[in-house]
Amino acid sequence: MSFKDLELNMGPQHPSTHGVLRLKVTIDNEVIVRIEPVVGYLHRGMEKLWESLTYPQILPLTDRLDYIAAVSNNLAYVLAVEKLAGIEVPKRAQYIRVILSELMRISSHLAWVGFQANDIGAITVLLYGFEYREDFLDIFETYAGGRLTINGLRIGGVPFDLDGGLIGRIRKTLARLPKRLHEVEMLLNENRIWKHRTQGVGCLSAEEAIEHGLTGPCLRACGVPWDIRKDIPYSSYEDFEFDVPLSDQGDVYGRYLVRMQEIRQSVRIIEQALDRLPAGDHIAKVPKILRIPAGEVFHSIEAPKGELGFYIRSNGTDKPERVKMKSPSFINLQSLPSMCRGGIFSDVVSILGSLDIVLGEIDK
Amino acid sequence: MPDGLNEFPDLNAVHDALAARFGSAILESTFVQKELSVRIKTESILPVVTFLQSEQGFNALSDMIGLDHPGTPAEGRTRFSVLYQLYKYPAHLRLRLVVDVPESGEVDSVVSVHKSADWAEREIFDMFGIRFAGHPDLRRIYLEPEFEGHPLRKDFPLQGKP
Repeated sequence: MSFKDLELNMGPQHPSTHGVLRLKVTIDNEVIVRIEPVVGYLHRGMEKLWESLTYPQILPLTDRLDYIAAVSNNLAYVLAVEKLAGIEVPKRAQYIRVILSELMRISSHLAWVGFQANDIGAITVLLYGFEYREDFLDIFETYAGGRLTINGLRIGGVPFDLDGGLIGRIRKTLARLPKRLHEVEMLLNENRIWKHRTQGVGCLSAEEAIEHGLTGPCLRACGVPWDIRKDIPYSSYEDFEFDVPLSDQGDVYGRYLVRMQEIRQSVRIIEQALDRLPAGDHIAKVPKILRIPAGEVFHSIEAPKGELGFYIRSNGTDKPERVKMKSPSFINLQSLPSMCRGGIFSDVVSILGSLDIVLGEIDK
Repeated sequence: MPDGLNEFPDLNAVHDALAARFGSAILESTFVQKELSVRIKTESILPVVTFLQSEQGFNALSDMIGLDHPGTPAEGRTRFSVLYQLYKYPAHLRLRLVVDVPESGEVDSVVSVHKSADWAEREIFDMFGIRFAGHPDLRRIYLEPEFEGHPLRKDFPLQGKP
């Protein structure tokens, strides 16, 4: 019996599609011939809704895009609004923003390594990753009251100051992290099954990756040192010393290595920010009704998933004329067919997971 | 040359090269918030993007944005615009291209130059009904094929059916 040109449907209800994503896969026995992602199952019409809301009202809705790293969405949005409105953000607020978004990056990458290992069959790592992530969610809960969609930033600064108790707690959590990362790496780095399922799987060359518009850890795993925090610094990232982890393999294993190293670099950044936290206000004086003169702006940041940008067009009223979000997952998912071509069917789960997509920001 | 651009020699050089090659196709250049935005003739989009990619090194298309200008458009403008947010790696330069599209008109697809334009153009087609000539597979991306209307048009209601 032959399965030549058999069409298989994966999702939209499937445990390994990380949300409601559907893949139309054409296989020749076990080899993938064609793969077509079908998105839109989570389309909530955010961009239409934003046109009817004032600038501060939009902010909590941005949490619902990439809900694994909510503060990154907030940051990209508030930076774009502040650039357009010419609002100067106090230095202390900029540092707190850096701390929060790096904590988000760590929790996002910890969740990723858990999901990825679980998809491949290493359930232990999922439990470890989520247990460690819990500490970070507790920090967010103490800071802003929420755990997932915390609405942790405001236009002009941050809603709350960091107090000594919370700073001590962040330090304690970070101090525990290296041992925990080591535990995960002990389980995975030399694990034969993990290596077999990730090494040489979903390869992409540096040129192909740039051509596809890939950004974030997936691009850096192809050996391209493109990190917006370093290249076009925002929110005082130029004050901190950190490295941009790279891998030259371009496969799923490379993406894993890059993310694990990125967690360590985030720890470095947070520790520097906590050590040098400037005194002063945590939020600038922003008018209650924010009317922004007509203009347009595009601002992007390095989110855990890649380049996250907002294009905002104002028309002089308190509501924007158009807000467009550039979501990294939307662009990264487009390269899935190229990564999967010629691979075997069971690799789809591994490759899809390695892209670290969130359907909330793909479908908007 | 737009005001303030001469303080940024890299971007200025790109603008000069563009003006030298496509002088008459450039309708307007603005430099606001350190962002260079160049409005060009609709029919020139494919040669301009190709030129920027192959000769000026703008190797990534960060994003494509559709716009609907409600009411009567300004002199010489049309109802819709499409914006191309280009990025040059490793020089880290950004450039925005703008083309105007009339209500029943279409614009050339740039998928042959930038692969990431594929879904971006499908999204603009879905949301605004702007057609891209030469796109390999122009279908709705978010909404179902039977859906009527284009939600991000300003005359599409926020609630209820159009």
